[in-house]
Amino acid sequence: MPIRLKKALLTPGLWRGLAAVAAFLVLWELGSKSKQWFGFQTPWVGAVPAPTDVVKVWIALLGDKGYWQSWYLSSMRVFGGFVAAMIVGIPFGLLLAISSTTYGVCFPTFEVLRPIPPLAWVPASIIFWPTQELSIGFVTFLGAFFTIVINVLGGAKAIDVRYFQAARSMGASSWDVFRRIILPAVIPSIAVGSTVGMGITWNVVVAAEMISGGGSQSAGAGGGLGFFIWNSYVGGSYDQIVVGMISIGIAGYISSAILRKLGELSTPWLRSR
Amino acid sequence: MMREHVPDSRPSAPVGKGAIHIEQVVKVYDPDGAAVLAVDHCSLDIRPGEICMIVGPSGCGKTTLLNAIAGFHSVNSGSIRLDGEMLCGPGKPKAAPGPDRIVVFQNGALFPWKTVLENVAFGPVMQGKLGRKQAYEKARQMMADAGLSGTEHNYPGELSSGVRRRVEIVRALMNDPKVLLLDEPYRALDSLTKSVMHEALLEIYYKNPVTIFFITHDLEEAIFLGHRVVIMTTRPCKPKKILDVDIPHPRDYGVLTAPRFRELMDETIEAVHEEAIKAFAAGEKEG
Repeated sequence: MPIRLKKALLTPGLWRGLAAVAAFLVLWELGSKSKQWFGFQTPWVGAVPAPTDVVKVWIALLGDKGYWQSWYLSSMRVFGGFVAAMIVGIPFGLLLAISSTTYGVCFPTFEVLRPIPPLAWVPASIIFWPTQELSIGFVTFLGAFFTIVINVLGGAKAIDVRYFQAARSMGASSWDVFRRIILPAVIPSIAVGSTVGMGITWNVVVAAEMISGGGSQSAGAGGGLGFFIWNSYVGGSYDQIVVGMISIGIAGYISSAILRKLGELSTPWLRSR
Repeated sequence: MMREHVPDSRPSAPVGKGAIHIEQVVKVYDPDGAAVLAVDHCSLDIRPGEICMIVGPSGCGKTTLLNAIAGFHSVNSGSIRLDGEMLCGPGKPKAAPGPDRIVVFQNGALFPWKTVLENVAFGPVMQGKLGRKQAYEKARQMMADAGLSGTEHNYPGELSSGVRRRVEIVRALMNDPKVLLLDEPYRALDSLTKSVMHEALLEIYYKNPVTIFFITHDLEEAIFLGHRVVIMTTRPCKPKKILDVDIPHPRDYGVLTAPRFRELMDETIEAVHEEAIKAFAAGEKEG
């Protein structure tokens, strides 16, 4: 067994974590099945579907094309909205940091719009955008956009003035300063902003799917994991609700892990810290 | 004791290269508000190729002077000339920063996202003076001279402060400056590392005899390194006493116990201590 794997398996942290999860599942099972087994229903937990039931339903769903279609649709929406937010947000954040004129003009409006929850935009978005997909996409974009801009702006403003001074002493032009100081220095902030933004994007996608996801899954519009959950609730299959929730958790974890890895790769100088 | 004529114990420095003439410089921070007078009609002449140590208590305004020479701050009146050319003065309150006067900062300003080699070669590459390959070659050469071979591909975060300081000095020298402006570069180092750094700096200086404007609060460091030691008053600063250090170069660590060294300390320590007490009473914060 390779050394690193061995080490990872031997850490007490891993076993504590696994034990905690196991204990949680056991308690959950007992609580949910309490009416069956103990004759009385434990408050709250009693109404929740039991892990064993959830697993059964889940295994059945693994073969269902519709379930994976939900995954695909949600992931595509998250990916699309997130990438758009990065493409627009990073340059905009940098522009706000560099140009005091732009900052003066745009920032007040930006700050007023920022606290509006993306979901509050859904009705306006549906009215404004021609297709349902675009309206969900726009709301998703907004969720990540504000976070990314704020992080980039903050990161750029926090760059130590001495780096600029050192660069100028060595003959740097303004373009040099932008390209060789500001851009590399904000990469860590971009990494942070994107990780947070990714989480928000998932929140928004799922909620938007729940609210506006009317249409049938086969029509392409609608669908997704949020719609899956809502549909399960309406249809009365509560086990599927839990399946949907955990699926979103897993999907979110995978996207965050990918982003974290990308962040690490783009900041080699922070690795040794 | 001020001495007018000192035997020239410097290694051969090009004449007229890196002479700084500071004349009646006044700097007021926030003139419409708190109106803090940092520098009050300060005049000083720095000879080409000399190591000029500026000693003064915290917050006295010596960094302001350095920043004015470097071009990071403006002056309210007075002028600063480099080899006769006006850096800042009437009609031009702020000098333009340039590679003829490079600053080495207190806590270091090596770019953390670049490797050491990329940092050192930064100036020439960016100015387009040298192609990347040639710049790297020259960087490797200068680093080898300074005893820094082997660190080229490290990031600054992986190196000790002492090594980082030396790298920063080499980075500065890569730009062929006339003047090296050092703002308490060894302040954050422990005294053992400091002593090594001093000898390292002198070694680099003997190979590259640029003018060095070195700010410190450490009188021992000043007398050990400098040709002259300028003792500044507390804020607002102006030269209080100028000491000619007539210990010949090249110097090594043994100088610290030489009797002449102790004599020079005796002459100046009272003046320094006086200003230190004034600064403390005024509650000055370090810059």
